[in-house]
This record gives sequence, C-alpha cells and structure tokens, in this order.
Amino acid sequence: MTRLAGGLSLGVVLLAVASLLVGPAGIGPGESLSALIRGDGGPLTLVMREIRMPRALLAIMIGASLGLAGAAMQGYLRNPLAEPGLIGVSGSAALGAVLAIHTGLAASFALALPLAALTGALGAVALVMALAGPRGTSLTLILAGIAVSALAAAFTSLVLNLSPNPFAANEIVFWMMGSLADRSMLHVWLALPFMLLGAFLLARLGRGLDALTLGEDAAQAMGIDLPRLRLMLIVGTACVVGSGTAVAGAIGFVGLVVPHILRPFVGAQPSRLLWASALGGAIMVLAADVAVREILPARDLKLGVLTALVGAPLFLHLILKLRQERI
Amino acid sequence: MSVSQHPFEVMLCRLLLSLGLAIGPGVAFSEAPGRVVSMNLCTDQLAMMLAAPGQLHSVTYLAIDPRASAMAEEAEAYQINRGLAEEIYLMQPDLVIAGAFSTQATVAMLKRLGIPVVVFDPAQSLEDVRDRVMQMGDVLDRQAAARALLDEFDARLNALRAEVAERPRAVLYYANGYTSGDQSLAGQILAVAGFSNVAVEAGFNAGDTLPMEVLVMTDPDLAITSRPYPGASRAEAILDHPAVTAFRAGRRSAGMTDRDWVCGTPYVLRAIEALSTVRDDLTGAPQ
Amino acid sequence: MTRLNVSDLSVRRHARSVLRDVSFSVEAGEFIGLIGPNGAGKTTLMRAVLGLLDHEGASSVAALPREERAKAVAWMPQAREIAWPVAVETVVMLGRTPHLSSIQQASDADHAAVETALAEMDLLHLRHRAATQLSGGEQARVLIARALAQQTDLVMADEPIAGLDPAHQISTMQTFASLANKGVSSIVSLHDLGLAVRHCTRLLLLGEGGLVADGVPHEVLTPERLARIFGVSAFYQSTDQGPVYQSLEVTR
Repeated sequence: MTRLAGGLSLGVVLLAVASLLVGPAGIGPGESLSALIRGDGGPLTLVMREIRMPRALLAIMIGASLGLAGAAMQGYLRNPLAEPGLIGVSGSAALGAVLAIHTGLAASFALALPLAALTGALGAVALVMALAGPRGTSLTLILAGIAVSALAAAFTSLVLNLSPNPFAANEIVFWMMGSLADRSMLHVWLALPFMLLGAFLLARLGRGLDALTLGEDAAQAMGIDLPRLRLMLIVGTACVVGSGTAVAGAIGFVGLVVPHILRPFVGAQPSRLLWASALGGAIMVLAADVAVREILPARDLKLGVLTALVGAPLFLHLILKLRQERI
Repeated sequence: MSVSQHPFEVMLCRLLLSLGLAIGPGVAFSEAPGRVVSMNLCTDQLAMMLAAPGQLHSVTYLAIDPRASAMAEEAEAYQINRGLAEEIYLMQPDLVIAGAFSTQATVAMLKRLGIPVVVFDPAQSLEDVRDRVMQMGDVLDRQAAARALLDEFDARLNALRAEVAERPRAVLYYANGYTSGDQSLAGQILAVAGFSNVAVEAGFNAGDTLPMEVLVMTDPDLAITSRPYPGASRAEAILDHPAVTAFRAGRRSAGMTDRDWVCGTPYVLRAIEALSTVRDDLTGAPQ
Repeated sequence: MTRLNVSDLSVRRHARSVLRDVSFSVEAGEFIGLIGPNGAGKTTLMRAVLGLLDHEGASSVAALPREERAKAVAWMPQAREIAWPVAVETVVMLGRTPHLSSIQQASDADHAAVETALAEMDLLHLRHRAATQLSGGEQARVLIARALAQQTDLVMADEPIAGLDPAHQISTMQTFASLANKGVSSIVSLHDLGLAVRHCTRLLLLGEGGLVADGVPHEVLTPERLARIFGVSAFYQSTDQGPVYQSLEVTR
C-alpha cells in the first residue's frame, strides 16, 4: 500500500521535473533549474518562474483534482463509467467561465472567473445526479451526460460567436479540449482556493464511499449520512472541476482512466482509490503536458486531444465489458 | 480582346463572359464595370482609392471599422455588405472583387449565379503592393489613376527607405503568439524601416507561433505588439501574461495597428513612417 | 434488556396502507423469525423499524441518532449488493464502520471481530478472494459475516438464507441461535417455515395488512392461520428429532 503511494509520488516528482525542463527555449537542465531556484532576474528566470513553473503546478493541481473527483464520483454512483468530463461537468464549467469572460464579469473582481465556472459545474453535477437517481445506472448517467454536454457546448459556442472580438470564435477549441500553454502564476492563484476546498471535501468521503459498497440501505444503517455525503460530493466536484476548467479549459477522461487503472492496485477499495487517483491524475496530466510539448511543439496541440486518445478507447472497452452486467 | 468577324468567336466570347469565369490580372474588360462590389477589406480600400465616382457601390463592414480600416470615414459613403452571396447578388453588380481568403462557398455561388468575380491575392511584400494597385487599376479600367497613385507611393517610399548602419532588433508579437518573418508584409515593413527581425534569427517565419519562452529569451530592442480589440479573448490575453508584461516593461515598445499593417495598400507607408521615427529615436540619429 | 420496542407502527405507500398498527418488543436473547406471504410487508416493516422508511407510530431504534443506531442494530438488506471486487476480508471489515472514525485505522478489537465473524461463517479459506467472484451463496455468507462483525445487540436480516445450500442454511440458522444464547437478538425474515420452526424461539406472522400472530412457533402456525394467510395445508408435528414442518397442498 505504501509501496503504491511511494511509487506514485515518485512518478509525480519525476514528471514535474521533466515538465520544468521541457520547452521551446532550449535551455539546458542545469541552467534552467538553477535559474528557477536562484532567480537572477534575467530572461531565464522569467521563463522558468513565469512560464514553466505555473504550467507544471497547474498540471499537478488539475490532474490531482480530476483524478480525485473521478474516483469520488465512481464511488458514490457505484459505476466505473462516471467521470466529470463525460457527464458534462467540465463543459458546463467552461460555459460559466466563457460567460464570465465575455460579459466582462471576470474583470470585475479577481475570483469572479473561477466562481462562475464553479456555478456552471454545480448546476451540471446537481442536474445529472438528479436525473441519474440514487443508483446511477449507466444508461441514465450517460444519457444525462450527453444532454448536459451538448447543451453546454452549444451555449459556449453561441456566446463566443456573439463576442465583438474577432478572435473569440476560435476559442471554442481551447475550452472544449483544454490546454496549459502560456498559463501564468495568476491562474495558479485563481484556481488554488477552490481546488483546496474541493479536495478537502472530497478527501473526507472515504469512509462513506467504502460503506456504499454494500448499497445505500446498508450504508445508511451503518451510520453514514447519505444526503450530507451527496452534498459534499456535489460541492467538492464542482469546486475542483470548476476552478480547473476556468483556467485550463475542459480536460476530459482523466477521472475515468486513472481510477480504472489504479483500482486493482488498491484492492478496489473506494477510500484508498481516492488518494491513489489524485496522484495518478497528476501523473497523467503532467505526462500529457510533456508529450504535447515534445510531439508537435510547433502546433498548439491541446491536452484534451491526448487524454481523449487514451481515454475514449478505454471508455469503449469499459462499456463493452459492462454491457452484460449493468446496462 | 478585339471583336472578330467570325460569328463563332463572338459567340464564344459572350459565352465565356456570361459564365463569369474568374479573370486573372492583366486582362481588361471591353468596358469599365459600372457597379462594383468589393467583399474583402484590402480590396475595399484599394477600390475606394482608385474607383471613378459612382463606380464602387459596396464595401464590407470591416471597412468602416477604424481599427481595421485606414479609410473608415470614406467607407461610410458606400453600401455595406457582409460578404454573403444573397445580399451581393441582389445588389446587381457588374463585378465583384474578392480576396483569396474570402469564403470559397460564397465566391463559387456568385460565379454560379453568373456574376463576374475577380480574386486578389494578399500582398506579401512591397512589390506586391505595387502589383495590386496596378491590378486594381486594370480591373476598374482606371489605369491612369493607378499610375498616379503608384508614382506617389514610389516617391514616398524612396524618401523613407533608409540606408542604415545600425539595425536595431525588433520582434513582432500578436494575438495567439503569432509573429511574422521576412516573407511577409509586416516583415518587409520592419525591414524597410531599418530593423532586423528577431523572429528570423530564431528561425520563425510568417504565420508561425513564437513560443513565449523564445520571445523572452530573444531580448530585442523593440517589441511590436498588436492593439487589442474590444471584448476579451484568450488569443489576446497572451499579451497580458506576466512574462510578456515583464518583457515589455524593460524595453521600448510600439503598437501595430491593423489598419496600417494588415492590408497591402499604400497606407503601409504610414506604418513604415511610424517605425522609422522609433528607429531614429533608438539609434539617436537626427530626425 | 429490551433490544427493540415497536408500538403502533403504520406505513403507507401512495395513500394505501401497507402495514397497520404493528406493535411488539424484543428482549435480549431472542431469535425471531419474521414470516408471511409475498407482499405482506416484511421488508417494509424492517426498513420502517430501522428508520429507513417514513412511518407513523414509534420505533425505539428509529428514534436513536444515526450513529447510535448503527451501533445498536446491524442490517442486512435483501439486495445483496457488493459494488466493487474487494476482498472478502474488506467486506467484513466494513461491518466495523460504525466503530471507526474518519481516519479509519482498524484497531486490534476490530481485527478480532472480523476474525470471529469469518470463522463463524466458515469463510477463513476465502478471506483474500474478491467477493464479487464468489457464488451467490458464498456472497450471502460474506454479508452475514459483515453484519456479525458489527457486534451489535440486535441483528436484522432480510432473507439471509435464500439461495444457500441446506448445510449452510442450517448452520446460518444455528449461528443466529447461538447469538441468541449470548444475548444478541435477531429478527430474520424467511420463507422456509421448516427452518423457522426448528430454530426460531419466536415467530412474527405478517398478513392481511398487519401483525396477525406473535408467539412461539406452534402457537402461531395453526392450521387455520396456514390456510387463511398462506393458503396451504401442512404437516407440522413434534418428532423425537425436533419439530418438523412441511407444506403439503395449496388450499385455495
């Protein structure tokens, strides 16, 4: 168990360092790390501290929170297909963010942007949970997700097209596919408070999610406050997905792939899967972000492309596997 | 094209004309088009400069936007179109002038409806600017006006063209992180004004994205960035990134205005003039 | 010491009365069989008693705060759900949830309870297997073990022996009976009247929208009641090998 924790943590550290060392400026590893730490004020430090470091930090924050949210959602709904991106939470968060930016709300006070995205995410999570019912059967879940995603994407596109700015219409790709390119420390500070809040709420769900393995009745009889658990899950997921999407766009499939891969390593226990997925999610997004800069550095390849290339086939595989049992 | 006695040739000419095939540069109409519609910002401006009174009927909505167009006031006098086939067709034009990047479907539709369409390629160099002026003169049958405009252009250009000992280094950086190399109009404006283009040093050309890291590391004397449009966009948000702001803080910067830089019209001279002033300032040369 | 007190419990669903004025109490060391035909309301009664269902009337357990309730009663629902392929040991450890805090570090007492439960239900050789890979009967035993590990004074189970083979049916009933000897009471709903009369100390017969009879088996299962409530005739006699019950014919 601690071996897994150690292994995953090591993975995060190594990939974080790799993320700091990869970039088009072509600086050597020794130089870049010393510029980062010492800060001599020259262009090298500017590159390391203002361009690469926020990127690596955001990758860790967003990856961890998406993994955590995915594991929590799957634990609650007892369904391995549940994932914030798939069920439309990321898309709705993107809509909230786009509305905030293009109505000028985001400029009015600092935290307006993540709050708006959070509201969008909150609406989606609550709606899907209500539609899916207590025992989120796969079919209802996926259908609800399709409906919410489609609606969110349509409205996002509409808002962008109505913008007076000629560049706005092309932003849809960023919002739908996500990217960490050219993020700044400002984005890190914007996202951090809500991510911490959300992570705190989600991390405390372990005991309840374990008990839910036996079903809602048994869990309630064992003393779990189910309405409170559901509320913490909704708010926690909305905080975490909302703030991440506000600064990096909708990045999908992390919450699906990571819990699925790590489940056998934690004995399928939901509480253990929570922290394992957090670490695994950070690894996945860091790896994708490094890959995006290595594979096609000249083109602005979006993060969501890579996560979808990995995640969508896995999703199909899961559906096939579960076809007999659940759906 | 002289009128031939041969009935077949006459019929063929009429057939070709009525099918409205695209006509390349250098081919004159038998008579000047009386009702011209332009559906591209750059051709709008060239047409406004060269057309006879009453010849030009409509320009695009971009022509009245002072950010994008150098002739925003003049454009108010014309009908405004949004580049859609239906509205242009209903204007009953004798000729439509489009750009190479105008919506293909619209251009194809207009041709199918039997309207003659001339397509102008964008100008990539100062030579191209001269060529486009001549081409517009041919298309509108206003060659004399075109030659007069060109004479003026050449005179001003020669006055501006500098033989410089010192070429300060400049970088062009727009929304989305785009830059322009030598093989572009912007790059040429830079070169004529007496700067050396940092992007070319680093191996980037027109239309390439200049990674922010490379921008920061290049350390040029002058940073030329675009002016933001109203409303917000992620593409322009890049110019407010702390790294870019810090980068600009320590050095001289100039703004590039779309109206003088983007279109291959004689207004590029205004851009060159502005930059020359900045260059003189930087090198401490006498005005 | 009274484990449970139920008075005038009524449950309505969609304005229709499912149960009317059910009253009984449970003392220490009782093994109660809850019997009745399909639709009589056995599950409804148990869920209402536990406070999982809206009801009128009073249930001493439902009145307790949630965490107290979990330490007072263990509940094994009819739907034997195990959502994830966790090890048998882990499932049984879930029974200790009411005794663990959020930090969730299992103490020696917790491990001991799990060991006892595993041994009781003959699961020691299966402890590391994924619970979802077991047969239906084995899964039932795992879930009973979980309820046992909770170490409450009252255990309520909804058809715990359905689907088990005869040997395990009998041994499970014997487990509940031995719990009764140690002072732990159980209420178990079941359809097998033969097992009910052999092992239960007391029967609660539900039917006709309420509690029809409450007492020792041979007083509850009169031929008249068997015909009226269950619609069967039966062979029911005390033999030198204990009471034997077997339904014979359908009477209506």
